This record gives sequence, C-alpha cells and structure tokens, in this order.
Amino acid sequence: MESIQWLIFLALLALGYFVGRWNERAHFKSIREREAKYAKVLAFAVRYPPDVVTPQECRLVSGSVVISSDYFKQCVAGLRTLGGGRLSSYESLLDRARREATLRMKEQAQRFGSTLIVNVKVETTTVSGGARKGLPAMEVMAYGTALKSAAPRAPAP
Amino acid sequence: MANALLRDSLLVSNLEIVPGRRVRTHLGLVQGSTVRSKHVGRDLLAGLKNIVGGELKGYTELMQEAREEATQRMMAQATSIGANAVLNVRYQATSITMGAAEILAYGTAVVLE
Repeated sequence: MESIQWLIFLALLALGYFVGRWNERAHFKSIREREAKYAKVLAFAVRYPPDVVTPQECRLVSGSVVISSDYFKQCVAGLRTLGGGRLSSYESLLDRARREATLRMKEQAQRFGSTLIVNVKVETTTVSGGARKGLPAMEVMAYGTALKSAAPRAPAP
Repeated sequence: MANALLRDSLLVSNLEIVPGRRVRTHLGLVQGSTVRSKHVGRDLLAGLKNIVGGELKGYTELMQEAREEATQRMMAQATSIGANAVLNVRYQATSITMGAAEILAYGTAVVLE
C-alpha cells in the first residue's frame, strides 16, 4: 500500500517536473515574442500624463492572469522553506504572471489604437485555488490609462 | 448593448486629471463590488492543472468577469448621481474563502466640462 503511495507521489513529481518545465519554457518563449511585438506600446508608472498639446482620448485598460505552480515546484519550495532563502521556483512563476498581465494590458491598448499607457499599477492577489487547500495560485492584474490623440478639432474661428 | 452605451457616455480612467478637460463638479466616491466563486467542475479542473502548473484560464475568466461586473456597478452608481466621468479608479481583490473572491472597484465621480 505504501509503495503505491510513493509511486503516485513520484509520478506526480515527474509529471510536474517535465510538463511544468516544458510549459514554462513555451510560455517564456511566447512572452518574449509578444514583448517584441508590443515594444511600441509604452507603459509608464507616472501619475500624470506627459504635457501634450493635442487633446487626448483616454480609456482604462487592464490585463490579468491567474497562474499556478506545478507539483514539483511546490515540493521544492516546501523543502526550501525549511532552510529559508530565495524560492527561485516561485520567482520565475510570478515573473511570468507579471509579464503576461502587462502584455495583455498592452494588447488591449493597441486594440484601442493607443501606444502610451500611464499610471500603470500592478496588483497581485492569492486566489485560494482548487479543491485542495494551500495550492499556490496567484492572480496578477496590471491596469492603467491608455492615451491617444483625439480626432483633430475644427480650428477656432 | 446597454453596457456599451454606458461606457461611451461615461469616461473611466485611473488618472487624477483628464488631459484637455477640466473638472467642473466633484461628486465624491463611487464604488462597486461583487463576490464570485467557481463551480465545482472548474475547481476540480484547476486542481488537476495544479500538477503541471501554468495558467488557470477558468480563474482568469472568473476574475475578469467579476471585475467587469464591479466596474459596471460603479459606473451605474456614477451615472445615477449625474457624473460623466469616474477618475482615479482603483481595483482591489480579496479572497474570502476557498474559491471565492471579492472584487472592489472605486473611484471619484466628477462632472467634466
């Protein structure tokens, strides 16, 4: 009986390690590609829009993602907390989530026709995930105001 | 449809000022919130997804829907007191119990010139 439990544990660990690793690699690749694609959309954390001469149209844009760690990472992190220190397996997870959220926000801004987002805020929340308790699932949301030049007004008489 | 109309007539932004426009009247804080949870099927799927990691699409959707709802409620409140813009909008998310989250959207309702 005990050996079956060990077998299941090891199988989950292996599944988490291989599939999780493959997933992460694919995700990072897609993130890099899209970051290059949306490089023209600039995002700033400044509170006030730059002084612009033309009147601007503005809209709230946001992007969010809920991401969870794999079984292997959970186990490694669990062991790691015994000794303390950097949990690099979770660091890369949150890095992925933040970049993904920012990209989705930029995507929305570009659809609106804007290339400038100001007052960007990034927020992270724990989503208590799933049937079992304590599974680390994080939600990251990025939001800001996208600005674009409004249609030129008729010159004043 | 009604939502789209509402969105067109009301400006929602997380800036404190709107470039090129001035605030005429300040109407105070408006807010909207909603508490959402997942149904069991999606929860189970998310549990399975936790083995291999990655994005939990069901939860992403849930949070987005909840945020949309909170924003709509905030906008409805702003419209009812005669505002034409909500500025300095912020979002806040709190998980209440397992699988349930509260989303709050709040901002300042104003009348722009």
